Amino acid sequence: MELILSLGIGIMTGSGVWLILRPRTYQVIIGLALLSYAVNLFIFGVGGLKVNAPAILADGVPVSDYTDPVPQALVLTAIVIGFATTALFLVVLLASRGLTGTDHVDGREQSQ
Amino acid sequence: MSLAQHLIIAPILIPLVTGAVLLLFDERQRTLKALIGLASTVAIFAVAVALFRFAGRIDGPETAQQGVYLLGNWAAPFGIVLVVDRLSALMLVLTSTLAVPALIFSMARWHTAGAHFHSLFQFLLMGLNGAFLTGDLFNLFVFFEVMLAASYGLLLHGSGLLRVKAGLHYIAVNLAAALLFLIGVSLIYGVTGTLNMADLAVRVATVGAEQRMLLEAGAGILGVAFLIKAGMWPLNFWLPPAYTAASAPVAGIFAIMSKVGVYVILRLTLLVFAEGTPSSGFGLHVLLIGGLATIAFGAIGVLASQALGRLAGFSVLVSSGTLLTAIGLGSSGITTGALFYLVSSTLTISAFFMLIELVERGQDAGASVLAVTMEAYGDADADDEEEEGGGGFAMPGTMAMLGICFAACGILLAGLPPLSGFVAKFAMLSAMLNPAGGESAASVPGYMWFVVFMIILSGLSALIAMTRSGIRTFWASMEGTEPRVLVIEMAPVLMLLLASLVLTVQADPVMRYMDATTEALSATHHYVDAVTNARRAGAAGPQVLP
Repeated sequence: MELILSLGIGIMTGSGVWLILRPRTYQVIIGLALLSYAVNLFIFGVGGLKVNAPAILADGVPVSDYTDPVPQALVLTAIVIGFATTALFLVVLLASRGLTGTDHVDGREQSQ
Repeated sequence: MSLAQHLIIAPILIPLVTGAVLLLFDERQRTLKALIGLASTVAIFAVAVALFRFAGRIDGPETAQQGVYLLGNWAAPFGIVLVVDRLSALMLVLTSTLAVPALIFSMARWHTAGAHFHSLFQFLLMGLNGAFLTGDLFNLFVFFEVMLAASYGLLLHGSGLLRVKAGLHYIAVNLAAALLFLIGVSLIYGVTGTLNMADLAVRVATVGAEQRMLLEAGAGILGVAFLIKAGMWPLNFWLPPAYTAASAPVAGIFAIMSKVGVYVILRLTLLVFAEGTPSSGFGLHVLLIGGLATIAFGAIGVLASQALGRLAGFSVLVSSGTLLTAIGLGSSGITTGALFYLVSSTLTISAFFMLIELVERGQDAGASVLAVTMEAYGDADADDEEEEGGGGFAMPGTMAMLGICFAACGILLAGLPPLSGFVAKFAMLSAMLNPAGGESAASVPGYMWFVVFMIILSGLSALIAMTRSGIRTFWASMEGTEPRVLVIEMAPVLMLLLASLVLTVQADPVMRYMDATTEALSATHHYVDAVTNARRAGAAGPQVLP
């Protein structure tokens, strides 16, 4: 379980970092999306991994059987904010493509 | 909980409600929108001043507790808290002092250059005020994102190729920084199990040696996110193009945004890594060396800048670098001077950004940028533009006024007497050379001389660059057309310069306030006690706030 999660986070972070260093805006946005997935999983992981454990208190359940609800709340917020800012970046990406006629992040091809 | 205590949340609620309400108005009702926005901003200023006066009276645990606002009436550390102390009140006042002139400036023409300017401006204020008030790390992230999302929109305001290009880089860098922020916060939560800053300060001291490395890694990653915002070299290459491309009133309010990073670093360094804890002094070396590198980078950039906009952009870096260096030195006397410098330099840079637009209006470069903007937005507003331009009062003696303001900005940036830039630098330098407050400078360590040298050198480079561009702008071409400047464009610049003049004249009380601020910051347990002991509404105990 831990191994799968950490491998997932690692692969997504690695791919994301590689992609945001690429010169095309589309690669950058996919890289940022992958990175944010990796970060969301990472936040989820810091609460400790538990399978089939409730996050909401109920009578008669010992405290050690709960999963930590705070990272779940944090992940939810992070997903919403990440989604909104990615959408905004997409708009700027399209505006840049329309104004410059190229999808290079600097607005011009290197050979020119 | 008395009604007066709810004032603490007002700097967040007022812009939120105003910004949302302004969305409902049609873009054609621009004057009405501008007036509502202005009323809201003035109200925020009034609230900020009231909180500032309250914070100035904090002298014990009882009053400090009144500055803690429990959101949803949940006791700390389970709920989110807002905390007003001297530092956050100071930042609130500074923010609204910049916001009012920037908004007035935009009413002359810039707010017509795109949609939803006033809503975005209010949301930016909400994010800024929230970031200064919050006492919770994750809540800080949320307010950071509110501020950044609004700033993306404001940076692109007016559109045009330059802005979209600079905006693309700005957004990409800040999205990456936001992810680092999240990694840092979650690592800290994983180790300590809390997000409340006061609770964190308590728990950090009890973290075991095997977990300490993880905690410091988290704090380091978090710090990188703030340093990107503050513009520390080498994380600052996005900043000058972005600030240069932003329209003048937007750049005017952006002057405070790089200070948010500095504010958070100052607060967390002094609170979480206070003296006497095992991780005491964590990261100070990075701040010191990075700050010095930033000063050097900024100073070279200032000297190399051809356009005034870039000069101002690099001045932001010099200001950030000086502040980071001062924090990195980790002495309370220097921090006092640094706080004064923070206020003074932010006012100056904001005034300078707005002044540049007016000065460049008579020149080709400025005119072409504006023309591109107007073209991109469409012809529908062209008629409107002329109408409003003709309606305002033109400024008499324009060139003389611009020249005087330019000279004042130059003096402030270089840190020459008699204005507040000098007082700020003098306070920092004298604290550096007199660590014990004594007469002899014999005990000053060698690296301190280097810091002093760098700060003076950055002032010199600002002076050279300002003199050069001043001569080129005001003396070179007599046949150039005199720019048409409206009173409501000149007044904001004068207001900001006047504020720094007041800062100079009232240097003594201001300095005493800064001194008390530093003292309160280093007395970590007072902050912690105030937050953890804050009473919930309805709980027994006296609740008096004047």
